[in-house]
Amino acid sequence: MNNRYIKAGITVFPGSNCDFDVHHVLTDIFNVNTSFIWHKDKPKSCREYDFIVIPGGFSYGDYLRAGALAARSEIMGLLNDYADNGGIILGICNGFQILLEAKLLTGVMLTNKSLRFECKYVHLRPFNMDTPFTCAIKDNAILKMPIAHHDGNYFATSKIINGLNKNNGIIFKYCNVTGEITEDANPNGSLYNIAGISNEKCNVMGLMPHPERSSEKLLGGEDGGYIFKSIIKYIKEK
Amino acid sequence: MSKKAMIKITLKEEVLDPQGKAVLSVLKSSGYNNIKDVRVGKYIELFIDSEIENQRSSKDDKNAKNKLDKEIKEISEKVLSNPLIEEFSITIK
Repeated sequence: MNNRYIKAGITVFPGSNCDFDVHHVLTDIFNVNTSFIWHKDKPKSCREYDFIVIPGGFSYGDYLRAGALAARSEIMGLLNDYADNGGIILGICNGFQILLEAKLLTGVMLTNKSLRFECKYVHLRPFNMDTPFTCAIKDNAILKMPIAHHDGNYFATSKIINGLNKNNGIIFKYCNVTGEITEDANPNGSLYNIAGISNEKCNVMGLMPHPERSSEKLLGGEDGGYIFKSIIKYIKEK
Repeated sequence: MSKKAMIKITLKEEVLDPQGKAVLSVLKSSGYNNIKDVRVGKYIELFIDSEIENQRSSKDDKNAKNKLDKEIKEISEKVLSNPLIEEFSITIK
């Protein structure tokens, strides 16, 4: 698998804690040329990267609101331009929260309905296979991935939901093992069981579950790997 | 004298507040049965740099006040709260 010519960047904020997991998966499993981007680094642009991952964690200790402070840090200005120019950005967990706060995605995360930090496996059903994040997923596949968050209860106005529906922007929903979208399968109270959404152009996606924690058999499953496989496939076929 | 802006941030009425619900259930189980509902919010204080503020005021009192009010409102709107789910009120003293 020669993917060394593909360049990935991982943003790092104070409190990011899934950065090395993502780095390990991209480097050691998918053989992608991966480097970190510290939030205070001042590259002229992020254009040298084929895609960028905003990893999970607790950036700035979740102060004010989860993702709120990271979303206003210097590097986000560059990511805004990067997204505007069609750059691929995947925000995982806290990365999803940051993308919402930065308004690269629409909506907001509330505290889990259970008020608990939910840490368990969930099942996900993809709803749009025509994106850089899903194009390598087999038809009708249900993916099993772990979640670990306190604020993953996606909320949005009906206007935002209509916009998402119009653009096929709801990419993943929580489902049960057979793929049905049920209340029992919803781990956090998220509106319409939403687990992942994209922007209008589908080049930016936020995902609550952790694909980087389920990309190798050793860790109990490889379903998360399909997210990264999709991004690589998309870049190769572009 | 240096000024202080006090900002109160509350969840919009239509947004569910699980934290408030949890506090309510604790109050009820502690025997405080006359409490009907609880909503939890945030309170933030901003201390205004008096030197810069004085410079502004010496030029034109009214203009300076408007400028400060506008700035505090902008901070509350763009950073301290998320307008999708929260409302805020400002008191400057």
